[in-house]
Amino acid sequence: MHAFNYIGRYFILLRYVFVKPEKRSIYWKMIIREIDVLGLDSLGITLIISIFVGAVITIQTASNIDNPLYPNYLVGFASRESIILEFSPTIVSLILAGKVGSRIASEIGTMRITEQIDALEMMGVNSAGYLILPKIIASVFINPFLVIISMFVSIWGGWIASVTTGLVSSSNYIYGLQYGFKPFTITYALIKTVVFAFIITTVSSCEGYYTRGSSLDVGRASTRAVVYSSIVILLFNLILTQLLLI
Amino acid sequence: MIEVRNISKSFGEKKVIKDFSVNFERGKTNLVIGQSGSGKTVLLKSIVGINSIDSGQIIYDGRVYSEMDVKEKKEIRKEIGMLFQGGALFDYMTVQENVKFPLDMFSEMSEEEKIERVNFCLNRVNLTNSNKLYPSELSGGMKKRAAIARAISVNPKYLFCDEPNSGLDPKSSILIDNLIRELTVEFQTITIINTHDMNSVVEIGDKVTFILKGVKWWEGDRNDILFSDNPELNEFVYATELMKKLKSTKAKRTN
Repeated sequence: MHAFNYIGRYFILLRYVFVKPEKRSIYWKMIIREIDVLGLDSLGITLIISIFVGAVITIQTASNIDNPLYPNYLVGFASRESIILEFSPTIVSLILAGKVGSRIASEIGTMRITEQIDALEMMGVNSAGYLILPKIIASVFINPFLVIISMFVSIWGGWIASVTTGLVSSSNYIYGLQYGFKPFTITYALIKTVVFAFIITTVSSCEGYYTRGSSLDVGRASTRAVVYSSIVILLFNLILTQLLLI
Repeated sequence: MIEVRNISKSFGEKKVIKDFSVNFERGKTNLVIGQSGSGKTVLLKSIVGINSIDSGQIIYDGRVYSEMDVKEKKEIRKEIGMLFQGGALFDYMTVQENVKFPLDMFSEMSEEEKIERVNFCLNRVNLTNSNKLYPSELSGGMKKRAAIARAISVNPKYLFCDEPNSGLDPKSSILIDNLIRELTVEFQTITIINTHDMNSVVEIGDKVTFILKGVKWWEGDRNDILFSDNPELNEFVYATELMKKLKSTKAKRTN
């Protein structure tokens, strides 16, 4: 019953989010702010995680491909596939669900309990649209860039690991990266990223928007936002993979 | 005039406002007083439409607000200024941006005109040279004054204040009370103030409505309230030693 209640509440909120903005110039300013707050502020953590995970993926792949019949360049190939298909779009999105999702839920939740949302409503502003729509647009716009950067940095991290450990030569790794490349994998990754960005912002905003009570409830909403958006991301990861790759 | 006619409001099984009727007049400071939990805030939020009512009518200058659709209500809300208990300033905006926000949203003024209006409002609430400060850099009294400046920036016809001096020292409380009174007379707004501060009642209570357990219990002005023979009202009014002394002093003078 609780799940149905939550889903119903989520879609009712979305109905208020996607209405004509009162003043486009104000929304535009909000979108720019959100791109900075939700996207550019996440660049650092994306870079750090990507370089290390890229290196680890490469080392693990190399250590698992120990059959002399398999060519060495498969390490580059397998690393590329793992990074593009799964690590960058899904794992980076899960990390962003933690960072950005908790931020969105706590920001909107705090606005709710300190009556800032009531103040917006009292002025005749559609608070759901004003607060949530710019976040959705900003995330859907900026997250694909973050994921593309993550792909490059992870592959670079893998190259550094392969060269410094001597597990794979630089030329073999680069050859493996180019071997059997299908451009559709990038499209697939970006489609997933856009869907995940939408999930992170809307689920977290919904948690924040319906917060009631005190700062403790804001904390709980923030935790729920991360948990729910992560679960929904994993579910949609499965659905999209089935739909797009099979 | 704002007419509240027989409104009721429940949350689940709990009836918070019961068949409440009252009129609020223009150019006067209308105070709603009562203990914490008596239903003051629910009443105020019902009148402004943040809470929907279960029955009754709310009429703004002949316009039945409680029966309007969302779009019509939005138009009325542009005529309303509201001061929330904690100020409800937007944390990520400076004082200037906060006061300018309703103008940005709903006016066709040029940027220069908006800044001029913002400065006028900030001057009016004695908050000059604070334009670039963020709410976190303001004291409690300054936050309230900035919130009042935001509320009056759009020349409201109706001004609602939910416990405007809660958490303030007595001197700041009187400043805020007097400021609201001055603005009410100057801009001829219909001002409704929720409070449980008896100082406010004595200072600015042009019309006072006492609410008890969601029911209108008493109505009068700041002079009547000190000599009322309503036992529940007296229990509330004379809860403090200061008020008891005030009553005995007044009684002596009258004798």
